[in-house]
Amino acid sequence: MASTEADVFDRLGRRLGALGAWIDARFPMTKLIKEHATEYYASKNFNIWYAFGVLATVVLVIQLVTGIFLTMSYKPSAEGAFASVEYIMRDVEWGWLIRYLHSTGASAFFIVIYLHMFRGLMYGSYKKPRELVWLIGMAIYVCLMGEAFFGYLLPWGNMSYWGAQVIVSLFGAVPVVGEGIAEWIRGDFYISDITLNRFFAFHVVAVPLLLVLLVVVHIMALHEVGSNNPDGIEIKEHKDASGKPVDGVAFHPYHTSKDLVIIIVFLIIFAGVVFFAPEMGGYFLEHANFEPANTLATPEHIAPVWYFTPFYAMLRAVPDKLLGVLLMAAAIILPFFLPWLDRCRVKSIRYRSWVYKTALGFFAVSFLALGYLGLQVPTKLYTALSAVFTAIYFAFFILMPFYSSLEKTKPVPNRVSK
Amino acid sequence: MTDSSGFTRRHFLTVATAATGVVGGIFTAVPFVASFKPSARAQALGVPVEADISKLEPGALLKLEWRGKAIYIVHRTDEMLSSLDRDVARLRDPNSEDDGSKQPEYAKNPHRSIKPAFLVLEGVCTHLGCAPLARFEVGPAADAAEVGGDWPGGFFCPCHGSKFDLAGRVFSGVPAPYNLPVPPHRYVNDNTIVIGADAGSST
Repeated sequence: MASTEADVFDRLGRRLGALGAWIDARFPMTKLIKEHATEYYASKNFNIWYAFGVLATVVLVIQLVTGIFLTMSYKPSAEGAFASVEYIMRDVEWGWLIRYLHSTGASAFFIVIYLHMFRGLMYGSYKKPRELVWLIGMAIYVCLMGEAFFGYLLPWGNMSYWGAQVIVSLFGAVPVVGEGIAEWIRGDFYISDITLNRFFAFHVVAVPLLLVLLVVVHIMALHEVGSNNPDGIEIKEHKDASGKPVDGVAFHPYHTSKDLVIIIVFLIIFAGVVFFAPEMGGYFLEHANFEPANTLATPEHIAPVWYFTPFYAMLRAVPDKLLGVLLMAAAIILPFFLPWLDRCRVKSIRYRSWVYKTALGFFAVSFLALGYLGLQVPTKLYTALSAVFTAIYFAFFILMPFYSSLEKTKPVPNRVSK
Repeated sequence: MTDSSGFTRRHFLTVATAATGVVGGIFTAVPFVASFKPSARAQALGVPVEADISKLEPGALLKLEWRGKAIYIVHRTDEMLSSLDRDVARLRDPNSEDDGSKQPEYAKNPHRSIKPAFLVLEGVCTHLGCAPLARFEVGPAADAAEVGGDWPGGFFCPCHGSKFDLAGRVFSGVPAPYNLPVPPHRYVNDNTIVIGADAGSST
């Protein structure tokens, strides 16, 4: 007796069900899928700004995968590093593609993360009850900066070399013990083979482990409190009889199917850069880095990669080494305190006053301007402009407790708008 | 056995165990932290180097490497030496008195060298360690935008615009906090300088 097609699928279905039950008795598989996907409700009024978290995860995966493959052909030594990168570019099959994916991924990571953070600033995603989500996110950002810094030394180009020299020298600004700390970080009297080897260890093992862990914690904390939305309303306050938020839709399949479209558009743009402008005119891969590290000659114009330039401009704006370093550190530490600096009860910029909109506008402009100034050769005018924009950057945070508590906000609706 | 404060024998043992664990953890961390220090090989490679200055023309700069740092030896002309008095008011520390700059004793004079004509400097900007560029032309040079019009000749750091005169003394109003460091050095004879060790050191 030949079994019909329906029978086969029926049997298969039952076996898979049995396998699922077997796993569920030993590992919370179905529970996890429900909690984080099929029964995780996020607001139905998400706009494009809510895609950058997902995109950051996509870029993280790109970086992890391409990074692993690069490690297979790269040699972390002062003797072999530069040549091994050229070997990857010229002799390894598809090596150029893997490396360009990785180098473009680094810049894409920061573009996506900066937009993701700006979304938080616009819609008050750092406010109660999401303070920890913000803090963990800031920790991820700092790790990402470390990861980018360690990775930038690895090609052992001349800009790699002097970039590392400048950043490690920052620690030398600390009174008394500074020089000792810088020597301890380098493991030598200068940036040498020893330094390269240990930065490699940080870049491929230590920091990625930490990053992945922090991303998991970030998402767990987010899913505990629930996603914010462009209206800044807690959708959990309006639930239907079955306990689902009425303004929410399940992350899977509703948000995932929409996100898939955004991911495809992102990958099209990403591939466009990888294939047609991987150097991005010297902004993604700096020209000075196409010659090997030279311990005796600083490149004529030294600038970090674009994603660090806002902080670099601040450093240059101050004619005092220790003060410049402290200022730069403060610029990175201050945003951690955002949940407590902002005294306004209203989350979303949609219902906040012109005061916050203006402040945020000034902040965004000053951050971009500092990014531009950090790329330029220092002149008197540029240094003065850097000082002005640095002041605005700091004013945004330091004055926030005052201007945010004086705001006349608009009434916030009970339910999300369309 | 409970005493009146509620601190039991069990509490005591818990605290003692935790404290012992912390102390053990710190001791265990020592080798890992210390492994970051310059290794024996790195220290061995950092021994002094010799420089032959017999062929160094007046007004010329000789670059060599010691511990991965650029070492600049400048054979200063008489005009160069006389320009050192010109801008004393614009210098942050004209007599190299600042402790932070860690000068050897023989550099604590206006020309900052053992022999006035020969300047020996580490080509390492005291701001963030870039290699300053030699800009020996006096006055409004082609790169006046960088160094400013009234330029006595000296060194210019391309990274953050720090300026130093022909004795490596830092100008006021630039990010570099100290004068360019003078490495420990001594003359073996009139034509040979040893860099990395001076008369006082054991090597």
